Amino acid sequence: MSTHHETRTAPNGRPVRLYQLPESLTGKLWVWRYLILRRVTQVSVLLLFFATAHWAWTFAGQPLLSGNLSASSVVGLIPMSDPFAVLQMLITRHLLVPEVLIGAAVVLVFYGLIGGRVFCSWVCPVNAVTDFAGWLRNHLSLSNALHLNRSLRYYVLVLVLVLSLLTGLAAFEWVSPIAMLHRELIFGIGMGLIGVGGIFLFDLMVVRHGWCGHLCPLGAFYAVVGRAAQLRVRFDETTCTRCGECIRVCPEPQVLNLNQAAQRGLVTSGECSNCGRCVPVCPEDSLSFDLRPLIARHNQQHSVQNPARRTP
Amino acid sequence: MSGTSSSRRTFLIRLVQGASLAASAGLVWTYVLRNQARATPFALRPPGARDEDAFHAMCIKCGQCVNACPYDTLRLATAWEPRPIGSPYFLPRENPCLMCPDIPCQTACPTGALTGELENIEDARMGLAVIDTENCLSWQGLRCEVCFLSCPVKGRAISVERRPAATGGYARMVPWVHSDHCTGCGVCENRCPTDEASIRVVDARLVQGQMGAHYRRQAAEPGGVMVFDPPSPPVPTDTPADAASVPGLDALNLGDLP
Repeated sequence: MSTHHETRTAPNGRPVRLYQLPESLTGKLWVWRYLILRRVTQVSVLLLFFATAHWAWTFAGQPLLSGNLSASSVVGLIPMSDPFAVLQMLITRHLLVPEVLIGAAVVLVFYGLIGGRVFCSWVCPVNAVTDFAGWLRNHLSLSNALHLNRSLRYYVLVLVLVLSLLTGLAAFEWVSPIAMLHRELIFGIGMGLIGVGGIFLFDLMVVRHGWCGHLCPLGAFYAVVGRAAQLRVRFDETTCTRCGECIRVCPEPQVLNLNQAAQRGLVTSGECSNCGRCVPVCPEDSLSFDLRPLIARHNQQHSVQNPARRTP
Repeated sequence: MSGTSSSRRTFLIRLVQGASLAASAGLVWTYVLRNQARATPFALRPPGARDEDAFHAMCIKCGQCVNACPYDTLRLATAWEPRPIGSPYFLPRENPCLMCPDIPCQTACPTGALTGELENIEDARMGLAVIDTENCLSWQGLRCEVCFLSCPVKGRAISVERRPAATGGYARMVPWVHSDHCTGCGVCENRCPTDEASIRVVDARLVQGQMGAHYRRQAAEPGGVMVFDPPSPPVPTDTPADAASVPGLDALNLGDLP
């Protein structure tokens, strides 16, 4: 199998190499760096919320991070709130106080201008669950039991807003398994974990990346919001051999439209959650995190410095 | 031409199919929402909470009020509890509201589900204490009065009234709740010594009647005896123009009969 691949030649004339996990532990840790960082971030966010609620962690006499992902307050100064939840609540036609609106703006500006859809892979507590389901289904070689369109989530998003208008309740917030899991991890375990169990089973048995990649309206919201964000995966066309390793590990493989990425020099879709799975597995180092304004310059320099790498 | 119309037909069918899927999903979703928010029993909310509909719409379920509560009174409803999911509430029999004068829970609320307009905690109306007189020790003739003694709105929300003895019996000293002062904090329910609390905080709307504006309280009466004070009937006038508009019954008294 591997010998077959080694004999292939990429469109740019370079031999197609496949990715291999390093033998050494340090090599492995380096490959898993974004995975480790993501888990550290997710657990840290959870820990800060939990410790503020239960162990009264404070900073300068103020609660460190009070609340949960729906709405919170950093040292009693900076409000943060889930802009999607706030949008639903505004649609119920209730007047909200400025604090929660400012909080939503803070989060919206961060994800919209800087991070993109990083909430999904770096903060959301459900991510660890669905990642585990995805990892397990790869090991068990399970195939999809159902075909779902990846744009279904945008219809769910619209449905949430319509239902919020009709029922006078923030429709997703009342059923959100994300909020349920997060809330109950911080404020006391209840049956909310069953919702997450459902997501785990669905992702494991029914559809690969079923929840995060097909259904979740919050992910859809951040995909729309994060379209113009600065943090992007840069794509270097000159070194890419189209081996497809990145697409194999990507939870949203449709965003790695490499021909389109070649034209723009980056992964453009807002559905990319900047999880960083693709970056370390690329055998040619064609993918890396970068900021949008720097990307064109980087790619230009790269091709100027290494003219030999260009297509003959 | 036929190709165009068949693709238009496919498009329309898909549109209808999509709309039907959305509608059925929306119906199930709405059913869940209504069950969660409207068909669940009364839960005691933090002080300053808006009425249930507005509260449910505006509470973002963040738990900052829970964190702000210094006595761990407030908690967030978990899924499948018989209370609206994620909303803050308290169970007075386990842990009542101790009525902090600075109302930290209200200050912590980022959305305005707790209005923030409550200035005096004694103006809070979380619920209303009601007494089960069949099981209340004082009402059964013992000198208990624990609720009266523990009430934070001392002497005003709960008073002890002397009930004269029936022939051959003793007089009783019974607790009496006054709705114009009871905040619904639930300290009485928490301290009540009977096995099941004989005084409980409930939704005021479930137990409180409304007299109607035509009943007047006689201020001079110390016991607050009610009198029936019907609204005065319209003053009949003799002018023919007005007489025409007077209803039939009153027209009999206009003095223009033969």
